[in-house]
Amino acid sequence: MAEHLLEVRGLTVDFHTARGVVHAVRDVSWHLDRGECLAILGESGSGKSVSASAVMNLIDCPPGEIVSGEILFGGQDVLKMSDEARRQLNGKRIAMIFQDPLSHLNPVYTVGFQIEEMLTAHDTPKEQARARCMELLERVGIPDFRNKIDSYPHQFSGGQRQRIMIAMALALKPDILIADEPTTALDVTVQAQILALLEELQAETGMGLLLITHDLGVVAEVADRVVVMNSGQIVEAGSAADVYRSPKHPYTKKLIGAVPGSGEMAAPLDTGIKPMLEINRLTKHFGAFVALESASLTVLPGETVAIVGESGSGKSTLAKTLLRLEDATSGEALYQGRDLVTIDARELFALRREIQMVFQDPTQSLNPRMSVYDIVSEAFAIHPEILPKARWKDRVRGLLEQVGLEAGHMHRYPHQFSGGQRQRIAIARALALEPKLIVCDEAVSALDVSVQSQVIDLLTKLQQEMGLSYLFIAHDLPLVRDFAHRVVVMQGGRIVEQGPVAEIFDNPRKDYTRNLMAASLDPDPEVQAERRRAKRRMQEELA
Amino acid sequence: MALTEQPVIPDAPPAWISILKMLWRDKFAFCAALFLLLMILCAVFGPALLEGVATKQNLRGRNSPPFDFSQPWVMWLGGDALGRPLLARIIVAAQNTLMVATGAVICSMILGTTLGLIAGYSSKWASQVIMRLADVIMSFPSLLLAVIVLYMLAPSVGNLIVVLAITRIPVYLRTSRAEVLEVRERMFVQAAQVMGASTRRIVFRHILPVVFPTLVTIATLDFAFVMLAESSLSFLGIGIQPPEITWGLMVSQGRPYLTTAWWLSFWPGLAIILTTLSLNLLSNWMRTALDPVQRWRLDTPRKK
Repeated sequence: MAEHLLEVRGLTVDFHTARGVVHAVRDVSWHLDRGECLAILGESGSGKSVSASAVMNLIDCPPGEIVSGEILFGGQDVLKMSDEARRQLNGKRIAMIFQDPLSHLNPVYTVGFQIEEMLTAHDTPKEQARARCMELLERVGIPDFRNKIDSYPHQFSGGQRQRIMIAMALALKPDILIADEPTTALDVTVQAQILALLEELQAETGMGLLLITHDLGVVAEVADRVVVMNSGQIVEAGSAADVYRSPKHPYTKKLIGAVPGSGEMAAPLDTGIKPMLEINRLTKHFGAFVALESASLTVLPGETVAIVGESGSGKSTLAKTLLRLEDATSGEALYQGRDLVTIDARELFALRREIQMVFQDPTQSLNPRMSVYDIVSEAFAIHPEILPKARWKDRVRGLLEQVGLEAGHMHRYPHQFSGGQRQRIAIARALALEPKLIVCDEAVSALDVSVQSQVIDLLTKLQQEMGLSYLFIAHDLPLVRDFAHRVVVMQGGRIVEQGPVAEIFDNPRKDYTRNLMAASLDPDPEVQAERRRAKRRMQEELA
Repeated sequence: MALTEQPVIPDAPPAWISILKMLWRDKFAFCAALFLLLMILCAVFGPALLEGVATKQNLRGRNSPPFDFSQPWVMWLGGDALGRPLLARIIVAAQNTLMVATGAVICSMILGTTLGLIAGYSSKWASQVIMRLADVIMSFPSLLLAVIVLYMLAPSVGNLIVVLAITRIPVYLRTSRAEVLEVRERMFVQAAQVMGASTRRIVFRHILPVVFPTLVTIATLDFAFVMLAESSLSFLGIGIQPPEITWGLMVSQGRPYLTTAWWLSFWPGLAIILTTLSLNLLSNWMRTALDPVQRWRLDTPRKK
């Protein structure tokens, strides 16, 4: 039997919690060869990160306990090694990069110092460390690296920070690079660049790349083989193309089926209807910084308008000024003839009932110290004219059932629910005021793909039943393609392009929109491979 | 009828029953609560029952040692420099001590928190004024301030509470302001704003419950500090004056006899320590009980 670079055999890890033993992973086996990219695909709680943490000795024991199995690196079982021997392995032979580079770089040291430290800690002489550090920063594509070497982490953008993390991981030429959701926190265009960089580096050094992700698009872009995990077990393994083309396990089928971007696009609504919301040249400056410049758009009753753009494009600022969480610098936002920007507090209070918001992260947008009943019924406490107190409980029960939760849940607290359920609570809270327009600020971005599609289905159902309008802010293009009637593309605080969804997706007119489309990843490995070939041809033609 | 078929969702059980249940789960907190209850009973009924015994001098029993069980029970902890029974004196002194400490801590907590909430949530201008005020109080040695105020006013329990409360305000003020500044940016506060919640509602319903456990923890730590500060003021002759007694005063009165009769200072000192310890245990329990995320620790019996 040929020896693999890294092999995990029959790994079982338990976590001892106050509520009993949780089997984080059960009997997991996979292997990684030199020059290969293996992706571990799974949703949150599937245990996809646990086996990688076991390799890196990052599982806290207790509460974690490796019950059985072995991890072979170059034929040796690392679980039997001493801590000291494993520390020699970590960083030097096996390196890791994480999802959020900002929290993994020390803010009080320069990036140069941190990379050099990595080198000197593993016995590189100090003089050579600096030179090697320069080399690495150049290789990962940090512009002006000679000056930037003495900058601090906060002076770099998110993508650059991830590049620095990669430079750090590669400093000692490891045999294996483990990347735990390396691009999840990044914009699509930056994600494409980082993935391309990882691929190039892998080809150059011949290292094995272990990629942990929830994103089928990322798998399609870089992975050779894929392992699909669900609730601690491997449900399917095989080449990326095979698994996508002919999934065998029902879970994999469900996962692939849930990926947005393949459905029918919605036809635009009849333009003869009078718009409910008309935004004219809305502008917001923070000092000299232009967050939003002269944005104009309309929303019809019963329509879903999606606002897409990368971080810093001003889409959240638009939502906040609309809801008066921020005061606009100039411009107007007419809601049924009344200007949201200038109305006084009393009118605003009345309008609060008509326009509601669902926030990105339900973990943060629900008060952890309030029960579900308190959270939903707070709407009635603030606007007592909606319902007499005696009927609150019935109404909360009705709302919870409407969003697909059980009425018996009303005395529980937010932390007792999963992410998708929490977002349902947040939607129930918004519905309690019987609004006409709901602003969804990245309302499903923090959720798993299959949960995402459930929440989208719920929003669609509510729209049909109650004639709601949505202002749907998102960065995920395929999602928007399935859900929106009209799309507004924003960049740097300005609206670049807007139009019916079919027009924007089939026939984008602006370069920025086209780049955004090209950078978003298709879950089909063959489509993705085709796109890459096209890109390469284009680059060769340019060169 | 469709309406009657709906399953009835029971209301959450009455609060006090679940509180008692949770208290019973944490045995340390339960003992602490019992001890504090005992102290409160001493404070309420002690002076009325034992005032006479506690002040009666008995020069033959001067500095009589503790654990002499042939004596009447009030003398079991020994007698002080004038032969007065220590146990009775501790019970009687509980009233003054607890009144001054509780009064000062509660006053400073309420005032400090209110000012902190205002400083954290209202205009920048109000915040500046309040913070500079806190700086003034903090930069002034608290004992010196107390001496000046009590020199001008008559030393009484009421004035003592006022003085001690003023000197401790900045602690609560700064903590609550810092926490408010953090909590007000959280998303659930924005969600409440979007719903149209009034400022009062946001502050009292959303911000205060998050800040409160921290303040209670500080308050219990402060309790001991205030008791000792009160005794040093009494020692300087501007606090509680003999024949009125407090535990702090008893400790300082026993100081000259430390080498020969340790029990004079030891017993009142022990009372101070046990009270503070109990308060700490209880506040620790309360922090867990108030937090829905942590509450399960008190709901499920602990397994070994």
